[in-house]
Amino acid sequence: MPKSKSAYSFAGKKEKLDTHIIVVWVDNEAGVLARVVGLFSGRGYNIESLAVAEIDQKLNISRITIVTTGTPQVVDQIKLQLKKLVPVHKVADFKREDKNVIFKEMALFKFVGANGKIDKAINACKKYNAVILDTTNRSKVIQITALRREIDKMANELKKYGLISISRTGAVAMTRGEKVFK
Amino acid sequence: MPKLFSGAEIVFKCLEDQDVSHIFGYPGGAVLPIYDELKNHNSVKHILVRHEQGAGHAAEGYARSTGKPGVVLVTSGPGATNVVTALTDAYMDSVPLVCISGQVPTHLIGTDAFQECDTTGITRPCTKHNWLVKDINDLAEIMHKAFEVATTGRPGPVLVDIPKDIQFQKAPYKKFKRKNKLNGASHNNFSQESINELINLMSKATKPIFYTGGGVINSGPKASELLRELVYTTGFPITTTLQGLGSFPGDDNQFLGMLGMHGTYEANNAMYECDLMINIGARFDDRITGKIDEFSPKSKKVHIDIDPSSINKNVKVDLAIVGDVKSVITSTLKTLKKSKPNFIKSNKQKTSKWWEKIQKWRSKRSLDYIGSEETIKPQYAIERLYELTKDKDTFITTEVGQHQMWAAQHYKFNKPNRWMTSGGLGTMGYGLPAAVGVQIAHPQKLVIDIAGEASVLMTIQEMSTAVQYSLPIKIFILNNEYMGMVRQWQELLHDKNYSESYTAALPDFVQMAEAYGCVGIRAKTPEELDDKIIEMLNTDRPVIFDCLVDKQENCFPMIPSGKPHNQMILGPKDKKENKITGKGRTLV
Repeated sequence: MPKSKSAYSFAGKKEKLDTHIIVVWVDNEAGVLARVVGLFSGRGYNIESLAVAEIDQKLNISRITIVTTGTPQVVDQIKLQLKKLVPVHKVADFKREDKNVIFKEMALFKFVGANGKIDKAINACKKYNAVILDTTNRSKVIQITALRREIDKMANELKKYGLISISRTGAVAMTRGEKVFK
Repeated sequence: MPKLFSGAEIVFKCLEDQDVSHIFGYPGGAVLPIYDELKNHNSVKHILVRHEQGAGHAAEGYARSTGKPGVVLVTSGPGATNVVTALTDAYMDSVPLVCISGQVPTHLIGTDAFQECDTTGITRPCTKHNWLVKDINDLAEIMHKAFEVATTGRPGPVLVDIPKDIQFQKAPYKKFKRKNKLNGASHNNFSQESINELINLMSKATKPIFYTGGGVINSGPKASELLRELVYTTGFPITTTLQGLGSFPGDDNQFLGMLGMHGTYEANNAMYECDLMINIGARFDDRITGKIDEFSPKSKKVHIDIDPSSINKNVKVDLAIVGDVKSVITSTLKTLKKSKPNFIKSNKQKTSKWWEKIQKWRSKRSLDYIGSEETIKPQYAIERLYELTKDKDTFITTEVGQHQMWAAQHYKFNKPNRWMTSGGLGTMGYGLPAAVGVQIAHPQKLVIDIAGEASVLMTIQEMSTAVQYSLPIKIFILNNEYMGMVRQWQELLHDKNYSESYTAALPDFVQMAEAYGCVGIRAKTPEELDDKIIEMLNTDRPVIFDCLVDKQENCFPMIPSGKPHNQMILGPKDKKENKITGKGRTLV
């Protein structure tokens, strides 16, 4: 097909993408997650991971943590669009490199096989706050909390020790020190 | 014990408290309790449309011509899905709508019941907010909140989905407390420093331009008055977007005409060459900016908008002022008068070269066309319509396509809220029902839908509504038998492959008018056009005017998409004068 002269418009230059962690405080009401997620999909924004739960039962507030990538302009748009949603109270935005913010993800690993092998795996997990949650003769379930890329790495490395199932959460974030995001 | 009201009664109590005088709707199973209650509330008049999309557009016409929110009442399932186009249209063009939809009873939700659909799910991306009422005790509060959300900040549509059992249940009515802070006052978030900065930029500029949009109209008639004052005080040229037409007098010398894809040569070139662009209530839409990388490369850009998410969305700006247009202009004028009382005098010299340049662009007369004595040129038809109606306070609606652009180019508006057109979504079939809504709001005024024969057929059934309520709307059809804008793109950009853009079977619009019980008029030649238009204007009934126009005419000037402002194609008249053959036109 010949190149059409009727281009709708041409996409501009490609810019560098940054990873941001967006934290949204929302009223915990029906459909609120769909509003937030629908905004991302409808406007073509990325979601790398998502964590959501109620944090204040009395005030009925949920905290949604979204890891996303975008150009600075897109990240700005994400924040401004989120703030326009009626059930949204406040929106925080942290760069992944930000040293003043703690990011954590949790993962559950299930290992099946000879005990010796599994022990090696547990050893390898030690620096990520490994907790053994379930043990049988031929299997173990352990929990680790770490950064996304650390979990990625472990998930890859532990396959040889009988890792057969992985379940993991999205990232959650909190600022260091006394400061609270207002 | 407080008095208890049914859900249906509460709906009407809320409408009464919100001073709603008209609702546009269509009954059905899941809203019958509300329709049952209608007879007890004389202050709310129901307008029965013929299709729910028509209800939505009529409410939009009502809202845009009055500044009040339009109210729509539809049933569940197909009633709600039919109104989605109108909600999306209102969302794109920032029109305040409150849509009330019936829903199947709460215990049936999720069972694929008859006429059930996930209304709040479907309308979530095309409303500012929506609610599914699950508890009768929340109904009154939600209804009032719905009006608040629709009308504050950047206006837009909202939807309240009310299950049928909730309409029957009873609860006490919570009286509504009117907040003083309505209409954007609480959305003003700008500092005096930013106003000072704006004035600083204005006093330095040698090639300034105001680029204003629908935000000025949405801010109320006072904002248009203030805009005029600002433009006269500064002596700067002004161009407006499609939605901004009417906020500044269309026949004023400082007005460069509409800008954008079919804007004037002078407006687009001024946007390209300027050194200061002051955007007031417009949103850098892609039909305005053309190629974004080459959009106004030499200018400092100021953006005044009530919606923070509009700032830096498409175009990065140097100064952002978030606030209601009316308040921002008021502050600007106040500061300007105090700090630079001789602004216009000192500025005249600075911008004189700029005005000379603009005059040069103007002398291209980019809206000119080659006249004809045999066939009616569509531009000529609009010009005559304007000349014959300009002394009346006329309200114009349009459909979408070539006729819409010709209307925008050749009909000159002097007042806000007189021009109702679907800009953002570009909804064919908008104009006729919108005219119904406008005429309901202004029964004594002249309301004309400038239409194309293809668009108008999409919602022609609303003629029946117009006849039922004796609404003397005039449907002025520029009939070229083509989907003209599609045909134009095919001619210019797709090697004249006119794929499916010709309507081989059209109804006889005069007979159709008679079948609906209104008046049909047909004009075939330029000679008879004036008499026929006068005949239309003298008819105090709904009229379908079938104006047979040149079938091949294209809408110029035009910025081909993907091109910057300074690469416009001009009309055939200019080509002839410059001795450029027709072949050059396809090389876009």
